[in-house]
Amino acid sequence: MFKKLSLVLLAAASSAVLADINVGVSLSATGPAASLGIPEKNTIALLPTTIGGQKVNYIVLDDATDPTAATKNIKKLISEHKVDVVIGSTTAPNSLAMIDVAVDNETPLISMAGSAVIVEPMDAKRYWVFKTAQNDAHMATALVQHMTDKNIQSVAFIGFADAYGEGWYKEFAKIAEARKLKIVASERFQRNDTSVTGQILKIMAAKPEAVLIGGAGTPAALPQKALKEKGYKGLVYQTHGVANNDFLRVGGKDLEGGFLPVGPMVVAAQLPNDNPVKKSALEYVTKYEAAYGKGSVSSFGGHAWDAGVLLQNAIPQALKKAQPGTKEFRRALRDALENTKNLAGAHGIFNVTPNDHQGFDQRARVMVTIEKGTWKLTQ
Amino acid sequence: MDLQILLLLGQDGITNGAIYALLALALVLVFAVTRVIFIPQGEFVAYGALTLASLQTGKVPGTIWLLLALGSTVAVLDGYRLLREKRFAKLPPLLIFNVGLPLLAAAGLFAMPPDQLPLWAQAVVAMLLVIPLGPMIYRVAFQPLASASVLVLLIVSIAVHVTLIGLGLLFFGAEGSRTPPFTEISFELAGAPLQGQTILVVVASALLIIGLYFFFERTIYGKALRATAMNRTGARLMGIPPALAGKLCFTLAAAIGAFSGILIAPITTIYYDSGFLIGLKGFVGAIIGGLASYPVAALGALLVGLLESYSSFYASAFKEVIVFTLIIPVLLWRSLTSKHIEEEEE
Repeated sequence: MFKKLSLVLLAAASSAVLADINVGVSLSATGPAASLGIPEKNTIALLPTTIGGQKVNYIVLDDATDPTAATKNIKKLISEHKVDVVIGSTTAPNSLAMIDVAVDNETPLISMAGSAVIVEPMDAKRYWVFKTAQNDAHMATALVQHMTDKNIQSVAFIGFADAYGEGWYKEFAKIAEARKLKIVASERFQRNDTSVTGQILKIMAAKPEAVLIGGAGTPAALPQKALKEKGYKGLVYQTHGVANNDFLRVGGKDLEGGFLPVGPMVVAAQLPNDNPVKKSALEYVTKYEAAYGKGSVSSFGGHAWDAGVLLQNAIPQALKKAQPGTKEFRRALRDALENTKNLAGAHGIFNVTPNDHQGFDQRARVMVTIEKGTWKLTQ
Repeated sequence: MDLQILLLLGQDGITNGAIYALLALALVLVFAVTRVIFIPQGEFVAYGALTLASLQTGKVPGTIWLLLALGSTVAVLDGYRLLREKRFAKLPPLLIFNVGLPLLAAAGLFAMPPDQLPLWAQAVVAMLLVIPLGPMIYRVAFQPLASASVLVLLIVSIAVHVTLIGLGLLFFGAEGSRTPPFTEISFELAGAPLQGQTILVVVASALLIIGLYFFFERTIYGKALRATAMNRTGARLMGIPPALAGKLCFTLAAAIGAFSGILIAPITTIYYDSGFLIGLKGFVGAIIGGLASYPVAALGALLVGLLESYSSFYASAFKEVIVFTLIIPVLLWRSLTSKHIEEEEE
């Protein structure tokens, strides 16, 4: 009797689930990228639970910054939870690992990682993949532009000895070469290093006019502190990967005067009123800080928010064509995502095209400087 | 490369080397007494530093919850045995030390905002919160397996490491922390600036090493530990309980770890998972000492620090590779020169 009853209940439950839209999320809430993954996870909890009159379920899994776990997660999301779309993951290696599974099951995938290789060059696989975070190249161009505006001719690079640092070095070197900027030293350090004295001494011996630190989060504060300690007088640039308050807390007064490109969301309140991103960015900042406390917002959560923004735009269009839970719906959703036009998110304006599944332009970045322990908009 | 760079790199290497040396000593101690290859040694460094950092931001550090949970577990485990053996007189001290004091500490932390204490007092509170974790971990994880093989103990040790890292993320968050320096003084040495904090690290490490020497040479507990390290069965026959020796050496290991953490917290950013790599470098030092010789382990650790510093100048991308490759020639040399004695398995 009991068995029969539970079977009936199970059947009822599963049919109810089928009518809803299921969004699978795999992100790095633990492991080395946890400081990016945690605000993303917090943001997913703020996304709307009904879109286009349909109930939306978010199934969030943690991949521990491990590509194997990310692959396992997306397999599980697709086979067990029958998701219509997957958001993930936090880092580029994890996102790349998830692509094959998404493509095999014809499920759209929205990545929150920075690296451009996730959506470029466009091919049959990337047909299913979208990305909300600015490409590294977006940010690197802004950096080089700022340097050439300041008449800097020689620059040194110190970055993470991993995919993040290498990716930045490649992008930066390419653009710098085109703009006749000379890279006089290129050093690496580990996220967990307790000292970068050796690298900094070598950089200072090369006498660059500016130093670019290619690191993410609080570890990137270490080289800048070391430069200050050893009396370096030139300009110091950081990448957008440092844009959270913990970085400011750890670096303290030694960070003053550093420059970096960020998504406009980071300085949303300082943007001029005619900036098209201001309203949508402030909306996210207000929502996040209302839920998690003042000053808690970071740029990484914004990428998860933007994934939600894309979906809120695309799901109503897809609903007109097919029922959630079907192959047709997933295909319709993909087509709708690709047709995103002039959609304002927290980080910029999306204009997705069949060849550009990222969709941002130069409105998705601003240069800021660190002043009195906060981000200050330049320009 | 000029003399100044050479000096600065040397100074940097010695500072890091001093910390690695402390950890290497703790690793040798724990291995000699309990045969545990103590992978979580580095976690005590991170816990010490991060507990201090969260005290300074006025937060109640998560360490206190771990302390309460472990303390209660120990009290239940030991209390059950005492009750069964009807040794009621031993019950009150057991409860006071494992449950009462942590509860008192928690109440104290909530009653008084810790960010108003002077820096040295915060450091003492942080040490007091972290050090008891050592013997408690020994009681819960290792004591029931005290006679298991080295391999089993190593596996348990890795489990403890993974657990502590996970809890560290939960307690302290994913981002790192730095604490204000104990001293702002800085000197000029042969044209190279020398931070007061750096001297403090080296001097404090040296003092601790000397202190440990006297502990082992002059006190009854130190001698008991040495006796256990030399011959477990013999020491037991002489009335030295192995559980006491184990708890004592884990207390020392936790103390050394937390102390190192507090020392380096002002010169670098510490993350919840920083400890592992620092501990591993101490381990390379300990391996150079064959996990047996204290002076060679300390010198080996200094060598690791210096090698790390100079290789970060010459080939920064390969720094870790160079440091950890050091272990191969050392192992080769050790296996060629020393007679191999098979560990007797029970």
